[in-house]
Formats: sequence, C-alpha cells, structure tokens
Amino acid sequence: MKPVNQKAWFLILPVILCVAFSAILPLMTVVNYSVQDIISPERRVFVGTEWFKSVMRDEDLQGALIRQIVFSLSVLAVEIPLGIALALSMPAKGWKSSAVLVLVAISLLIPWNVVGTIWQIYGRTDIGLMGAAFAKLGFDYSYTGNATHAWLTVLLMDVWHWTPLVALLCFAGLRAIPDAYYQAASIDGASKFAVFRFIQLPKLRGVLMIAVLLRFMDSFMIYTEPFVLTGGGPGNATTFLSQYLTQKAVGQFDLGPAAAFSLIYFLIILLLCFILYNWMQRVGTTDESGAAHG
Amino acid sequence: MAQITLDLAHAYKANPQRDEDYALLPLNMAFDDGGAYALLGPSGCGKTTLLNIISGLVKPSQGSVKFDGVDVTARTPQQRNIAQVFQFPVIYDTMTVAENLAFPLKNRGVPADRIKARVGKIAEMLEMSAQLDMRAAGLAADAKQKISLGRGLVREDVSAVLFDEPLTVIDPHLKWQLRRKLKQIHNELKLTLVYVTHDQVEALTFADQVVVMTRGRAVQIGSASDLFERPRHTFVGHFIGSPGMNFLPAALAQTAPPGATTLGVRPEYVTLAEANADGALLATVTQAQDIGTYWLLTAKVADGTLVRARLSPEQAIPKAGDAVWLAVVGVHTCYYKGEELVA
Amino acid sequence: MELRLDRIEKQVGPSTHLYPLDLTLVPRAVTVLLGATQAGKTTLMRLMAGLDVPSKGRVTADGKDVTGLPVRERNVAMVYQQFINYPSMTVADNIASPLKLRAGKTSRTSIDSRVNELAAKLHIDPFLKRLPAELSGGQQQRVALARALAKNAPLMLLDEPLVNLDYKLREELRDELSQLFAAGESTVVYATTEPTEALLLGGYTAVMDRGELLQYGPTAEVFHRPKSIRVARAFSDPPMNLVQGTAAAGGIALPGGGVLPMALPMAMPVGSSALTLGIRASALRVHGGSADMALPGTVELAEIAGSDTFVHVATPIGELVAQLTGVHVFTLGAAITLYLDPARVHVFDAAGDLLAAPTLGAH
Repeated sequence: MKPVNQKAWFLILPVILCVAFSAILPLMTVVNYSVQDIISPERRVFVGTEWFKSVMRDEDLQGALIRQIVFSLSVLAVEIPLGIALALSMPAKGWKSSAVLVLVAISLLIPWNVVGTIWQIYGRTDIGLMGAAFAKLGFDYSYTGNATHAWLTVLLMDVWHWTPLVALLCFAGLRAIPDAYYQAASIDGASKFAVFRFIQLPKLRGVLMIAVLLRFMDSFMIYTEPFVLTGGGPGNATTFLSQYLTQKAVGQFDLGPAAAFSLIYFLIILLLCFILYNWMQRVGTTDESGAAHG
Repeated sequence: MAQITLDLAHAYKANPQRDEDYALLPLNMAFDDGGAYALLGPSGCGKTTLLNIISGLVKPSQGSVKFDGVDVTARTPQQRNIAQVFQFPVIYDTMTVAENLAFPLKNRGVPADRIKARVGKIAEMLEMSAQLDMRAAGLAADAKQKISLGRGLVREDVSAVLFDEPLTVIDPHLKWQLRRKLKQIHNELKLTLVYVTHDQVEALTFADQVVVMTRGRAVQIGSASDLFERPRHTFVGHFIGSPGMNFLPAALAQTAPPGATTLGVRPEYVTLAEANADGALLATVTQAQDIGTYWLLTAKVADGTLVRARLSPEQAIPKAGDAVWLAVVGVHTCYYKGEELVA
Repeated sequence: MELRLDRIEKQVGPSTHLYPLDLTLVPRAVTVLLGATQAGKTTLMRLMAGLDVPSKGRVTADGKDVTGLPVRERNVAMVYQQFINYPSMTVADNIASPLKLRAGKTSRTSIDSRVNELAAKLHIDPFLKRLPAELSGGQQQRVALARALAKNAPLMLLDEPLVNLDYKLREELRDELSQLFAAGESTVVYATTEPTEALLLGGYTAVMDRGELLQYGPTAEVFHRPKSIRVARAFSDPPMNLVQGTAAAGGIALPGGGVLPMALPMAMPVGSSALTLGIRASALRVHGGSADMALPGTVELAEIAGSDTFVHVATPIGELVAQLTGVHVFTLGAAITLYLDPARVHVFDAAGDLLAAPTLGAH
C-alpha cells in the first residue's frame, strides 16, 4: 500500500531486457540442453534426468570436486590470516597510508590471464626469478612435471593475487573501531595480543564474513589463472571444477551432461552462498540487538 | 587515590601569541585526594582536552601534571594508574560481565581468588551481581556503562577515575539512577573522581567542587552553593541555574558599589514587590508559564531588558500584559565590573 | 492545518509500534509528543508527515483524506535530531531551497530578502556564505530550522531537535523556538523525552508510552491532572513518588502505620481498596503547615541541580525524593522531617486511574 510513483517502472525496462537477453534466456537454454541428448544439431532426444544421474556418478567429476574443495579451503586458510596480519601492519594515517594502500592493491588490478602468465614465467627454471632461484638452491622444482609443486604454485599465485582484497577489507574494518577502545585497553593494561583477540578480531567479524564469502565463492569458480599457468596439469592434478566443465562442454561438445553439470554447479554455489549469508546475518543481528537496547 | 596538581597550558601550535591560539589557557589547580570534581562548560571549552591531559592521553604543550607530588607528565595512562569511562560504553564484546570486570586484574597478574572476591564486591556495589555470567554484548546501554565503570573501580590501586560525559547515551529516566549510583560509590570508596560534562545538573549533583570553563579558561572553581550564590564571573552566573542569572545595568540600582557596570540576580531570588519598594523595578509581564512545580515569569523593564523570575505557585500569578514591581536588589544580588565580580 | 488521526495503528511484522489511537491537533498551536525513547513518537510523526502509511486508520488534513498521499504531495516541514542540511550547498542556498522549489515564479530579490530575514531571526546571518560542515552543532540546527521556517508549511514537525546540543544552548534555542512558533501560523508538533521541555513549550501535550497514546490535552492540565499512574510517571522529572495505601476511615492508611487525613472522592469500604498515592517531589517540604503530615526520616542522598536540591529520604512510608528550591547542603544520615500536605497528593485507584488530584491555584 506504499505510495509509489508507477511511472518509475518504465525506467528499468531496458535493464530487464538486457538481463533477459544475456542471462535468463541462456539459462533457460542450458536447462533445456540438460534434459536432452544432443547427438547432432538436428537430432535431439529427451532423456529426462539421465544426465544428472550420470554426472553425479562420474568419477572424474567427483575427483575434480574434491580437488576444488581442498583448494578453496586451503585458499581460505592462508589468505584470511595473512590478510588480517597485513591489514594490522598497514599504517593508518598520513601519506604513508595512501602509498601503502596503492602498493597493496596493485595485484588486484592485473587482468587475470596476465596473472597466470606472470607466474608461468616466474616459475620457469630457465628464465623465471623463482624457478631459477629454486634451481640454484638445488631444489628440483617443476610445476609442469610435479603435481605437488603445481598445486603449491597455483595456491601461491592465488594468495599473491587475492590476499590484498582481504587486507583492504580488514583495513577498512579496523579504521571503523573508535579510538576509545584502544585507550580503554591501554588503561586496562592489555597486551597487544589481548587487544587483537578481544577488540580487533570481534569488531572485524562482519568484515571477515564478507571476505570469507567472497574468497570462497571466487575460488570455487576459479578458471583463468590455473588454466593459463598449468593448463590443468600435470595430468589432471590442478583441473578444478570449472575447467573440467569447460573441457566437457567445449572440448568434447557433450552439451547434455555439460549443461546438467552447469546447473548442479550453479546450485552448489547457490546453496553455499545461502548458508554463509544466513550465518552472516545471524552474527550481525546478535551484535546489533545488543546495541539496539541501549 | 591521589592528589592531582596541574600547572599547565596547552596550545596546538608551536608559538601561541594570543588567547585564541590556546586550547587551554595557563591554569593552576589542585584536586584533593578522594574528592569529586566536575569540569563543566559548553562544547569546545577545553574540558575534554583537560581530562585527557590528566589521564595521559594528551601531553600538555607546556607545564606539568603531578600525582601526589610526583611529576607524571611523561607517563602513559597505564603508568599513571588511572581509569577512564568514555562517552559511549566500551566493553569487550566476547566476554561475560564477570570476565570484563576481571580483565584489568588479570593483566596485572592478580591471583584468581582475589580477582573473584574483588569482582564480586564491585558487582554488588553496581547492583550487577545477577548479571555476572551474562554476555556483556547483549545488555542495555546503562548496564554497559556500569561495566565500563566497574572495570575502573575493580583495581584497588587506581589513582583517579575520570569520566568523559558518561551519561550521553543513557535514557533520561535511567540517568537518575546512575547519578545516584555514582554518588554512593564515591561515598563508599572515597576515590578521586573527575567528571566532564556540559550538563549543570550532572556536574552539581556529582561533584564537591566544580570547575566552570569557557573557551579554554577555568573561570571559577567552587562548590555548588558558591557557584550559585556568588558567581565570580558573569559566565558562571549565566551558565549555572535554569534559567541563568538576570543581568541588568548597575545604574538601575541605587546601592550599587562604585565602578560596577552590571548587576546580576538569579530568577529564584526575584520576587514580586510592593509598588515603589526599595530595590524594586517596574516591569511589564510578557509571559507567565506554568512549569508544573513553579511559574516562570518573563517581564520587560524600562530599558527593554528581559528579567525572569521563578515564582512559587502558591501566590497570585500576574498575567501577560500586567505591570508588576520586581525586587531585584537584595542580599543575593551580585555586582560586576565588566565580567568580574566586585561585590 | 487541522490534522486528524482516526484509529491509527502501525504494525511492523509481528510487533505493534502504535496501538489504535485518535488524535486531533489543535490548529496553529504547539503539540508536544512526550514519551521515553521507543514510545512511538517518531513513528507517529512519520505517519503525520506522510513518510509512512498506517496499517489501519485514516489521516485527515483540513477535512481532506491524505492517508495514502506521499510526503512530497503534502505541505510539511520537518526538523530532525541530527542537524540535517544539504552538505554541498551554502547556508543561504539551504534556506532558499524550499523557496526555489515552490511552484510559480518567485523573484530572486524576494527569495534573498526572505533568506536574510530568516537568517537574522535565527542569528545565523554572519554565516550565510559558509557550508554547514563549517558550523557548530547549534548553528547547523539553526540552519535546519530556518529552512523549515522558509517553507512556511501549515504543518511543522520537529523530532527531538535539541537533544544533541549543549544544555545551555538547548535553553536558548528553546526560548527562540517558542517565540518563533507563537509568531507563526503553522501547526507545530514537537517530540521530546524531557517533561521540562513540554512544560516550557506550553501548548498541548500528548503523552505516549510504549506505542500507546495515554493522554492529550493542554500541557498544564495533563501535568496537574494525569489520567493514570503511567502518565504521571512519564510526565515527571524527578519521577513521582508512589506509595501504596488502602482506603481507611478518615483517609488513606499508609505503610508504616500512619493515616493520611483526606476526604476520599467516593465512598469506599474501609480496608479493601488498594490505592496508590502519587506525591510529586515538589509537594514535600521541610517546613510544615498545620494541615501537614510529618514524615521523619534520614537523608540518604542530596543532589544539587543548579536551582534546586533533590533530597532522597528514607521515611516510614518508603523512600521519597523531595525537591527544594535553592541550594541546601545535607550530611548523609542526618535526621530530617518532611511535611506532606494532603491537599497536594494525587490518588490513583487499584487500576492505576486518577481518583483525586490537587486543586490548582493559591492556597
């Protein structure tokens, strides 16, 4: 019953058309493909949920899924604490603060395939700084041949690329803490660690939830950087979900199962998003309801 | 508990030339051990700066701060052993009330059984014993402020407790209870307390001695009755009292001492008088307001100045437009030359 | 503007923000909405302005139904707690903004002269070229007030406009506001949590508590004759002393044995009806008259508040707070006798409704 000016609806008509064209129609197409066997562009057979079943049973897919989950969890385990530590050591005020902010943010500005290329060269034992250093130290480093090395390199690349995002979010969160808390803590005789544990970390809760959500979702969908760096190898050691999907759809032109898998992928992310978001909301409101009474 | 001696000035720039360059003009005052003091003044008068200098959060640009005769100007708040309660409640969200209160003691390595006893005693004094195991983050603002206060009181060797407008976020009807609580605590623990506020009710109810400040200057230090009966500066006369003192040209009174330019009389002491009585002035009533427990009369005298009078409801109240005689000169009237008291 | 609210209710989700209420504002007068925080004052103001729509009920302005009408279509001016001004416009532009938006041509010179007139009235003429961020809190609020006055709307709403200001500044602005309201033609609604402000502004008061409108009437009348204990509690600072008693022969039996001699308004069976006595702090004195009941006790706390002293005394009938004019110094634990004049007592029945109130006027 809220009084609203109806004419405003016409302003978003162009947006609706764009979204329909670029997102909704393609999504409907994918759903359509996922229930058909496309033997050739002319011959299509309706197969119902068969693709979904076979996708779930696919061992290669299960392998990719496990690799993906392990990767995302490792990413979180390294990037979140490192981001916090970085934010804590960044200066808060003055020209130094602006300079450090810019330096920290540089890796976020690089196009993702260029990131892959940078690390590809960086890791080469003949012309790459890191690769050559390892070789000099006598360490038998090869990200193309050794699966563990490939994993670690991909992880390191992601950490280098995305930790600054966590750091920037935490930096903003830290600035929002009023000075009085630090003054009170110093009057209470709290050690630096106590200040971190009892003031900074609790106050960063909201910001950390956002950081975790963003990094988990992004790493779960990662494609460009590992593809450019290792191409998914050696073997399929660094083939994560999105790459596996692309191989299936584009490489093998098996549209039916690829479409089915896309939908499942989409639903997994949606589910995880939903869970994390609700958790965030609940954490947020317990803090607020305490303040609202006051 | 400590006696605090201040002999300092504070300016933001390096070479202060005029009064405006100073955040705090040179002052010299002593707070006795165990006394309750209030720094009262409007926004921007320097009271919070002075409080932060006493606590050690700000270093004065010149002069010194001494605790019990020892120069502590270079020491941090922690080293000075002071406790401070801020404008909004500062509590550790992840801890319970008991853990919050125990925190300063734990950091100093006090044994656990003594911590428990001390926390229990302070909680009882603050009437929070029932809430000791509740999470501090979920409580109301006044409870949180009590916790902030408790953290300051829990240390037995605290030299002074400083308050920076602590009742700002508290609901009006809870302010009463917290003010009473503060006064009771002061009577029981006999700590040196310094309280910053812009609200005269808070300052006068809390403190034994009030420092009235304006624009960086400590204008008068005195007890509530001193400030009320004999304000030494027209600003004090204006700031204390609701409404403040009436100021009239001294020429209107025959008994004014020589050199006096202004006479000041509080609305509480202005009474209705007989026509042409000694020390009374003819005025026309512009407004008569029923303020529930008294009537506030506003009247205009011959030269256009407004005079306010507080009248008890138990007499006949004149109406707007009436001509009345108001007794303004009496034993409570003060005479000023410029802004300073002469008689 | 004559604003009428018929059976207005506001529910948000499962909670009720406003219980059904009727309110007709007296046109061109000041109505004060008095209540604690969360009493519903802001919710009610938003309904009056058209910023929110009531869940049920009608809002009528000068006879016209405006319930669904958005605030843009109504002619309302509003001033908030938080000194809200257009931050990128100078003070002069801020004040001129409602004048420029008005339909029909208003010449540049007439806008300028009106801006200067209002700025002079609110003592901000030296700051006309500055931005709001460069001014102090009190000055910013004056700009907001000038802008509201410039609009010259038939309905002006002020939501606790002085609460973020220094106490002395509050006094000064309140005086000025009273004069501005008296000189203007608008119906003014002013929300506050402080009873003293309601009394100083005069006009009419609507007392609210937890979403309910408890009483509406001329301010002095609501103060002297509160309809119920809840109104008395909301409209007194310091809180009214409440003492439980029962009807007895010749008066009211009090805890601790005494009987307060009073003629009760209705015949009541002795010893049965529970009554509550409401004694305002100012009704207790330290010098007694012949008709007064003496209450000996000890001083628990003395609070000096500028022009008054509040003494907390433990007496046989309970702990009482007395308000004495001037500054009085008491030592804790000293013996003191308070005197209570039965003619100055409010009596409430068991349900909390008013039975008897002190008569006004000279004694």
